[in-house]
Amino acid sequence: MTYVTEALLVLLALVALWTVQTTILRAAIGLALTSALVTALLFEMGARLAAVFELSVCAGLITVVFASTISMTRPIDDAEAARCRARRKRRFHPAFFLVALVGVGLWATGYALEVTAPAASAPLASAREVLWGARRLDLVGQLTVLFVGVFAVVVLFKERAEERAGEAGDRAGARTEEKAA
Amino acid sequence: MAAYLILVPLLAVVFLNLPHLRLGTRAALALAGGLCAVQALLAVSVPEARWNAAGPEALDPSRLLATSFQVDHLTRVMFLAIGLVGACSALVARSLREGREGSFVFANLLLLAVCGMNGIVVVRDLFGLYVFLEITAIASLVLIVVERRRAAFEGAFKYMVLSAVATSLLLVGLALLLIVAGGTSFEAAAAGLRSAAGSKLGLLAIALFLSGLAMKAGAAPFHGWVPDAYTSAPSAVSVLLAGIVTKTTGVYTLIRVVDSVLGYGEPVRRVLLAAGMLSVLVGAVSALGQRDLKRVLAYSSVSQIGYILLGLGAGPGLGVAAAIFHLFNHAVFKTLLFVNASAVERQAGTCDLYRLGGLSVRMPVTGTTSVIAMLSTAGLPPFAGFWSKLLVVIALWKTGHAPLAAVAVLASVVTLAYLLRVQRRVFFGPLAPEHAGVVETGAWGLAPAVLLAAVTVAVGLAVPWLFQTFLLPVGSIL
Repeated sequence: MTYVTEALLVLLALVALWTVQTTILRAAIGLALTSALVTALLFEMGARLAAVFELSVCAGLITVVFASTISMTRPIDDAEAARCRARRKRRFHPAFFLVALVGVGLWATGYALEVTAPAASAPLASAREVLWGARRLDLVGQLTVLFVGVFAVVVLFKERAEERAGEAGDRAGARTEEKAA
Repeated sequence: MAAYLILVPLLAVVFLNLPHLRLGTRAALALAGGLCAVQALLAVSVPEARWNAAGPEALDPSRLLATSFQVDHLTRVMFLAIGLVGACSALVARSLREGREGSFVFANLLLLAVCGMNGIVVVRDLFGLYVFLEITAIASLVLIVVERRRAAFEGAFKYMVLSAVATSLLLVGLALLLIVAGGTSFEAAAAGLRSAAGSKLGLLAIALFLSGLAMKAGAAPFHGWVPDAYTSAPSAVSVLLAGIVTKTTGVYTLIRVVDSVLGYGEPVRRVLLAAGMLSVLVGAVSALGQRDLKRVLAYSSVSQIGYILLGLGAGPGLGVAAAIFHLFNHAVFKTLLFVNASAVERQAGTCDLYRLGGLSVRMPVTGTTSVIAMLSTAGLPPFAGFWSKLLVVIALWKTGHAPLAAVAVLASVVTLAYLLRVQRRVFFGPLAPEHAGVVETGAWGLAPAVLLAAVTVAVGLAVPWLFQTFLLPVGSIL
C-alpha cells in the first residue's frame, strides 16, 4: 500500500463522514466527492474495471440525486437550520463507530473467507480503453439511466415546482396589496 | 439486429419530446404500442440466424455499442412477451386515460421500460445486466406514481426500498464475483465460480445474487411489495408490472443467471426449490383471504412465480423448459386478468369483491375472457397454463421430488378455489343493483383481452406441436 493509497483512504473516510452529517444539498456534493475518491482509489490500486464501474454507476446516480435534491430543497430560517443541525448530529454521530465496526468486520471477514487477489484478467492499457472499448454498452446504459432519472425528476417535480411558483406569486401579490394598503 | 430493440425505443422517446414537435397523447400511445407490437411480430417471424447476423457496417448499431448480442430461443420468448404485454398495456392506457393528464408521460415511460427490459434480455454481462435492471426499475417506479395518488406513493415507496435493497445485494454479489472471477461477463464469472468451487466467497456471492433476484421477482419471503405496488398503480401500469416487468427483472434474470453463471449445483437447486415451494403456498393461501380483486391477482402472481422457481429448481432440460413455458404463460394470463380487472374497475368503479356481482350479464366479453384466464391460471386443460404446470410437476417427479410435485398439485387446487370465488363474486350471481347501468368496456379495452384469451387458447391447443419444435429446444439451448 503506497502513501497515495493511504492518503486517499483517509480522505475517503473523512469525506464520507462529512457527507452523512451535512445538509442535503452538500450531501449530494459529498456523494459525488466520495465516488470520485473511490474511483481514484480503485485506479491507484490497479482495479481499473472496478474503477470504471464505480465511475459509471455514480455518474448516473449522482446526477439524478443532484437533480432530485435541488427539486426538493427550499429556503429555511436560522432557527429551523439549527434544529436540523442538531437532528443530524443525533442521527449520524454513530456513523463514526459504524465505519470503524464495518472496517474491523471486513478485515476479519477477509481472513475468514480466505479472500485472495482477483484472478488475473487481460491487461488493459488505460481507463479510456476500458471505458470506450470494453464497457461502451455500460456507458450507453448509464447515459440511459441518467436520461430516465432526469425524465423522472422532471415528471415528478414539475407540478410541485408549478405549485410553489403559484404560492410565491400569491405571497408576492399579498405583500403588494399590504404595501398599497 | 437485437441492438435495434434497445436503441429504437430510446430514440422514440427522444422523438416524442422534440421541442417543436407537439404530438398528442393518442399519437404517443400509438407509437409506443405500435413499436411493442412490431417487436412481438419480429420475435415470432425472424429466425435466430437473422437476429445474430451482422448487418451492413453503417447500419449495425451493435458496432456503435461495441458489443455483439446473442439471441437464442429464450431471448425470443422474452422479446415476444415484452412486445405483447407492452402493446396490451398501451391499449389499456388508450382505453382508460383518454384525455387524462399523464398519458403522454405513460407512453414515454413505457418505451423506456421496454428499452430496459430488452437490454436485460440481450445482455450477457453481469454489470450490463445491473445497468438495464436500473433503467427498468426507475421507469417502473415513476410509472407507479404517475398519477400522484397517495396510495400509489406508498406502493412506489415499498417498491423503491425493496428494489434498492435488491440492487445493493446484486452489486455486492457482483463485487464478490469480480474478486473470485476477475471479470463480469457470464463466461468469465461461470469459469471463475467453477474454478473456485466450494469457496466461501463464491457461495456468499451466489447467495447474495439469488436473494437480490428473488426480491426483484417478488418471490416469497420477499413478496411484501407486490400487492401494494400492483394495487396502487394505475391500471395500465398494473398490467405492465404484473404482466412482464417482474417477470423480466426477476424471473427471467434468475433463469439466465442460474443457467449461464451459477449453474445447477445442489445448493442452488435446494434454494430454488425451497423458495418456489414457499412462494406457491404463501401466494395461494394469502390470495384466499383477500377482498380486493387486484390484491387476489397480486398474491396469485407470487404463487405462479413459485411454480417457475420449482421448474428451474428441477434442473436443466425438462425443468428449465417448463419454467420458461410457465413464465410465458403466466405473462399472458396474468396480463389478461389485470386487463379485465382494469375494465371492471373502470366500469363498476370498484375492485371490492363484496360490492361486485353478476357483471357477466353486463360485460359478457370481459366475463368470458376472464373465465379463460382463470382456468388457465388454475391449470385446467386444455389451456396453456395446464400444460406448463403439468411439465413442472413431471420435471419435479422425474428428478426425485415427488412430495414437492404433490404439493404443487394441491396448491393448484387452492388456486382454483380462490379464482372460482373471484369469478363468482365478480361475474356470476345476481347483478348488484348499483351496477345495473354498467356497460361493457370499449373496443380499446376489449381488444387486448380478446387477443390474450386467443393466445391462451391457441398455445394450449398447439402444445403437442410446440413441445417438440420449441419447448424441448428451449430447455436444452440454455
